[in-house]
Amino acid sequence: MKVTFPHMGNAWIVIQALFETLNVDVAVPPPTSKGTLNLGTKLAPESSCLPLKINLGNYIEAAAKGADTIAITGGIGPCRFGYYGELERQILRDAGYSYEVVILEPPDGSLWGLAKRIRYLAGRHNSWTKILKAIRFAYRKSVALDRVEDLIHAARPRLAEPLAAEKLYSKAKQHLIEASEDKGLEEAVFWVQQSIKECQAPLRGEKPLRVGVVGEIYTILDPFSSLDVEQQLGNLGVEVNRSIYLSSWVGQHVFQGLAQGYHPLRDYPRLAKPYLPHFVGGHGQETVGAAVQFAREGADGIIQLLPLGCMPEIVASSVLPRIQADYRIPIMTLTVDEHSGRAGVQTRLEAFVDLLERRRIRTLTREDVLNVARE
Amino acid sequence: MLLGNEYYLGVDVGSVSTNLVLLDHEEQVAEALYLRTMGRPMQTIKEGLKQLRAKFPQARIIGVGTTGSARQLAATLLGADVVKNEITAHAVAASRVHPGVQTILEIGGQDSKIICLRDGVVVDFAMNTVCAAGTGSFLDQQAGRLGIPIEQFGPLAVEAQHPVRIAGRCSVFAESDMIHKQQLGHSLEDILAGLCQAMVRNYLNNVGKNKDIRGPVLFQGGVAANPGIRKAFEEELGQEIIIPEHFAVMGALGAAYLAEEKLVRAQGERGESRFRGLQVVDTEFQASSFECAGCANHCEVVEILQDKTILARWGDRCGKWSSGKGEQRSASEVNAR
Repeated sequence: MKVTFPHMGNAWIVIQALFETLNVDVAVPPPTSKGTLNLGTKLAPESSCLPLKINLGNYIEAAAKGADTIAITGGIGPCRFGYYGELERQILRDAGYSYEVVILEPPDGSLWGLAKRIRYLAGRHNSWTKILKAIRFAYRKSVALDRVEDLIHAARPRLAEPLAAEKLYSKAKQHLIEASEDKGLEEAVFWVQQSIKECQAPLRGEKPLRVGVVGEIYTILDPFSSLDVEQQLGNLGVEVNRSIYLSSWVGQHVFQGLAQGYHPLRDYPRLAKPYLPHFVGGHGQETVGAAVQFAREGADGIIQLLPLGCMPEIVASSVLPRIQADYRIPIMTLTVDEHSGRAGVQTRLEAFVDLLERRRIRTLTREDVLNVARE
Repeated sequence: MLLGNEYYLGVDVGSVSTNLVLLDHEEQVAEALYLRTMGRPMQTIKEGLKQLRAKFPQARIIGVGTTGSARQLAATLLGADVVKNEITAHAVAASRVHPGVQTILEIGGQDSKIICLRDGVVVDFAMNTVCAAGTGSFLDQQAGRLGIPIEQFGPLAVEAQHPVRIAGRCSVFAESDMIHKQQLGHSLEDILAGLCQAMVRNYLNNVGKNKDIRGPVLFQGGVAANPGIRKAFEEELGQEIIIPEHFAVMGALGAAYLAEEKLVRAQGERGESRFRGLQVVDTEFQASSFECAGCANHCEVVEILQDKTILARWGDRCGKWSSGKGEQRSASEVNAR
């Protein structure tokens, strides 16, 4: 058995760590590329959302590396992702790939069923204690990764050399990939902190603009899907804050809230309540709640990301204009699919950042006038 | 103060048209050119400059701004002082020409946008995302189908007595619906007016969705030349629509204003322009592209060459080429090896 799984940003680092600790043979799909998307788009229904197309492409490329088993999470709720595991199994079979698909969800609500599937993946040679230990270590790795990612968000607008942050990021990821103990994880995070401190350019007078990125989890976690929105914003001199991190999603959905992850999701439903008082599937409610939180924390603007046709996020996006009006914060929605062009996204981001900058200049001048009046 | 022969140049290179504007020392438009890009942006820019040089042989360009989808290309060729996205450029032009403007409706050849301003600052905007049904090319196409020149489209539409209702959600459906209405025997004027209304409805439902449209409303972009669309907007929004004098070249005008803003602000007095001079017209440029094999992204990198010297490269995700750190020889040379 050789296990593979779909890419979702940095998730592969965590999943690979989990299986390798358990001595399970893994084939990580090659990094998602245009070629991956082309393969997936051919097999997927045209109207399905972008993640399904990328997933299928990942599996086909992993098959070439000898993978024969797919591990994917499932879901219960109104988001289509919940049945993607099953759908992918059938699409791959029709296309002539002999894959075993293991969907990690409680079948018909049965935890025993879920346990059996985990046991199947982990094999006979691992005790439950060992499996739980491996899961815990993988979780801690995901927290470390999220911390590094957030540090990079802060570093991009602050480092003089635009490529420096990306270099730092890929080096840090390499450290984390190699780390097999908690000590290594801590060291990697500390190393990033120190490196940023050392090469930080003295800020020119003011703090960088701060933009909150909210939306559908796959799109915000996966830079390929979002056309590097976070990196592009960083290069425009913006510090990005994100609503959902990998570890918080794991904490909420896998550990049922027993662990909270790097940036907990638990406050979002409460904050969303005045605008969207109930669950709408996916992370629609989280998107609304996070927008409220960013607005309250004084972010300069908010960007919502969603794959074309994502129902929960469409619900959320129809609510966002009210938050925009109530908190007087600019909010922009970006929809992505396989036809999205980098140039279009870039134009919108540039215009959005211009908007925020000009707004800030105006608020600053107003305060200056007030200061003069005081003196 | 600017001298009489000193000008700021604004260039807007879009998918359908390439516009150039010369801004004189009184911040007035001295010249506005509207050229068809026809898929050859480099030649069109040079052609525009040639026309400017012929008309203003004494002109000194003291600042250049570029915008539009080929803004980066134009900036490389010309040596621009400011490179700005078209939304900011349009907003700047509109608020200079008409201070107090609160909404800008802009419909160009292949894109359409709405920009909301309050107190002279952009507070919200949207561009058409996946559909081009509400843009100029669609009108062009339908005018062609009906066998009338695009210039007569609007004036005829305004004559309509009873505009017919045409499904405007999708240009393909609109076309079949239009054929149907023709065969029922509706007059040409009524059908044209119906198309205008369908396009305006489509625009307001897509681009203008959830936007707070307040007056004064400016309507700009090439399609603003069509009085039928203007009338349809006025009926739909229930308020007056203002069409600025230079509606077709507002992007270029905005770019010129931005260049002025940047250079004048730079040092209290005026900064030095990076403009490469009008002799650019006589310079040969080559554009080529290659696929970088450095990683799995396989970025298509574009390079602009002048006499085998690389002026600029872009298209890479990692910045290896655009930062000038990659191979210094041009791709064609490397391939020839």
